[in-house]
Amino acid sequence: MIRLEDLTKRFKTPGADIVAADRVNMEVPTGEICILLGPSGCGKTTALKMINRLIPPTSGKIYIDGKDTSQLDDIQLRRNIGYVIQQIGLFPNMTVEENICVVPRLLNWDIRKARQRAADLLDLVGLDPRQFLRRYPKELSGGQQQRVGVIRALAADPPVMLMDEPFGAIDPINREIIQDEFLKMQAELKKTIMFVSHDIDEAVKMGDKIAIFRAGRIEQYDTPDMILAHPANAFVADFVGADRTLKRLRLVTAEEVATTEVPVTARSTKVSDALQQLTVARARRAVVIDSDHRPVGFVTAEEMAGGSGEVRDFAHPLPATVPVRADLRAVVSEMFAHDTMWLACTDDHGRFAGVITQPDVTAALRATYGAGKGASDQARQQGSGRDQGAP
Amino acid sequence: MTRGLGQRRGLGAGRGASLLLVFLLGIWVASSGLLDQMAIYWDDITYLTRQHVFLVASSGGAAILLGVPVGIWLSRPSMERYAETVMQVFNIGTTIPTLAVIALSMTLLGIGFPPAFFGLFVASLLPIVRNTYAGLLAVPAHLKEAATGMGMTRWQILMRVEVPNALYVIFSGIRTALAINVGTTPLAFLIGGGGLGELIFTGIDLMDTGMLLAGAIPTAALAVAVDFFMGQAQLRLIPKGVNPLR
Ligand SMILES: Nc1ncnc2c1ncn2[C@@H]1O[C@H](COP(=O)(O)OP(=O)(O)O)[C@@H](O)[C@H]1O
Ligand SMILES: [Mg+2]
Repeated sequence: MIRLEDLTKRFKTPGADIVAADRVNMEVPTGEICILLGPSGCGKTTALKMINRLIPPTSGKIYIDGKDTSQLDDIQLRRNIGYVIQQIGLFPNMTVEENICVVPRLLNWDIRKARQRAADLLDLVGLDPRQFLRRYPKELSGGQQQRVGVIRALAADPPVMLMDEPFGAIDPINREIIQDEFLKMQAELKKTIMFVSHDIDEAVKMGDKIAIFRAGRIEQYDTPDMILAHPANAFVADFVGADRTLKRLRLVTAEEVATTEVPVTARSTKVSDALQQLTVARARRAVVIDSDHRPVGFVTAEEMAGGSGEVRDFAHPLPATVPVRADLRAVVSEMFAHDTMWLACTDDHGRFAGVITQPDVTAALRATYGAGKGASDQARQQGSGRDQGAP
Repeated sequence: MTRGLGQRRGLGAGRGASLLLVFLLGIWVASSGLLDQMAIYWDDITYLTRQHVFLVASSGGAAILLGVPVGIWLSRPSMERYAETVMQVFNIGTTIPTLAVIALSMTLLGIGFPPAFFGLFVASLLPIVRNTYAGLLAVPAHLKEAATGMGMTRWQILMRVEVPNALYVIFSGIRTALAINVGTTPLAFLIGGGGLGELIFTGIDLMDTGMLLAGAIPTAALAVAVDFFMGQAQLRLIPKGVNPLR
């Protein structure tokens, strides 16, 4: 857990003093990612660097797991905090292995243990250790350097990580991939992370909580869903953007919204039986599945009414299906692309997992709007469910 | 005169070309019978070469031993306010011709080994200090920040991050310094410092081509050898990640 208490930083400059942090109070619970978000120059980096004492605070306190960090030795403190900077900062004179082993060696780890750790971590981010351990940073692509930068900070398994725009210097496609990878790792590692970003989309995606900064002050500190649904003031609303409701779509997966109690039927079912089933379920349509329980089409009650034969004679193909793990933005995008009000969802094995409709989506967005504070906790649970649910 | 010109051109050109030139010169010298004339001075050559190499090694070595730490010291943040002024003075120092440095050294220390050593030492010191200082300042700030943030001490940052990343530039400074040193050492004779300059200058005075070559050829060979050695060291000793040659 990281707690900031009245943290203040005043830079003395020849002109007027600059207040880069103004009585910042916040708490990041153990295992969560907190995003410091705001426009350039608002004091995000300053707040972050006060935590590992690269910048000494003017006043205020910082507690890590209840310990006042001003009482600790700077060097020891830093060795126990993972630190990732935007420029990555891999040492060009060292191989990938040597770079990863820097902090373990500072902590006097056995060299073999440190090397093993370097290989394991490379594996974790999908870089073949045999190929990459001996390479120099200049022999890596930007995305590979970024990955090594992150695992270098994880090398000594610090409980706390500070990340200053860690994925800022990378192209959008690779950024998404690395963000996903990182969330997957975090789901297992459960580090307590302070993460600076100026990108609202990144913040919504990565954060359990978001702190919005303006001129050294926190304007709002809340879950991504609450910030998007209930911006505290005009500044926050403006910063998160006019499309903030659409951004909330990314926070919910199809799984959380889909209706699972949908009548299903096989192609060879008799029409009369299918109609009977729909009447009992009080439904207007049924999803047709194959022998492996995969959705292959649908039938409606109106079209079958008074008909005879088998379901296959009345079945329509499905325009598209969505994975049940997809977020609502992807779902809505598919709906619009195929001009349909509903879509069938599939699980990891392609089996039918429910149906999601446009009203379901709008209801999900409304849920947090109406409920106010109470829904915040719910949203947070949904948020953590999302992390655990990551494939 | 033509011979001297040929030698100078050989030194100025690439290493391979200069080696070839020295080789061709050797053949020409041998075939023209000058080798026999030079052989008369064999004892002088060995004695003076030893003296010459000692001058180069002692003054160059001392310049490295002092120049690198001074460069490091000037690059420390605590020296920020004075470092630029000191470097300005040093830069003016480099514009003074080495012959003048030698002469000034003599006015301070008289004649013999000490002024020769001191003059050569001062002439080689400047490029080393300048490159060490500039190389260390050129290490990107974010590398130092990453190192500090990871919990390195100042000494560890210097030894594991700053110096390795400035090493190529520092080496270039040392290489330049030694080239200046080797090129200036024959002048040591003028202030009684000995060395192969004795054969060269006396040869010129007496119009004795054999004697002149007996001094010039080992001097040229030494210059080529030192440069070759430094090039190899630069290639092999500097880590691959920060070595533009690899
Ligand atoms: N060392 C410094 N000296 C003076 N002012 C500084 C210093 N570092 C940062 N600042 C100022 O503090 C403010 C916050 O900077 P910073 O924390 O880097 O912003 P951000 O990371 O949000 O872009 C800016 O106005 C910046 O100019
Ligand atoms: Mg910043």
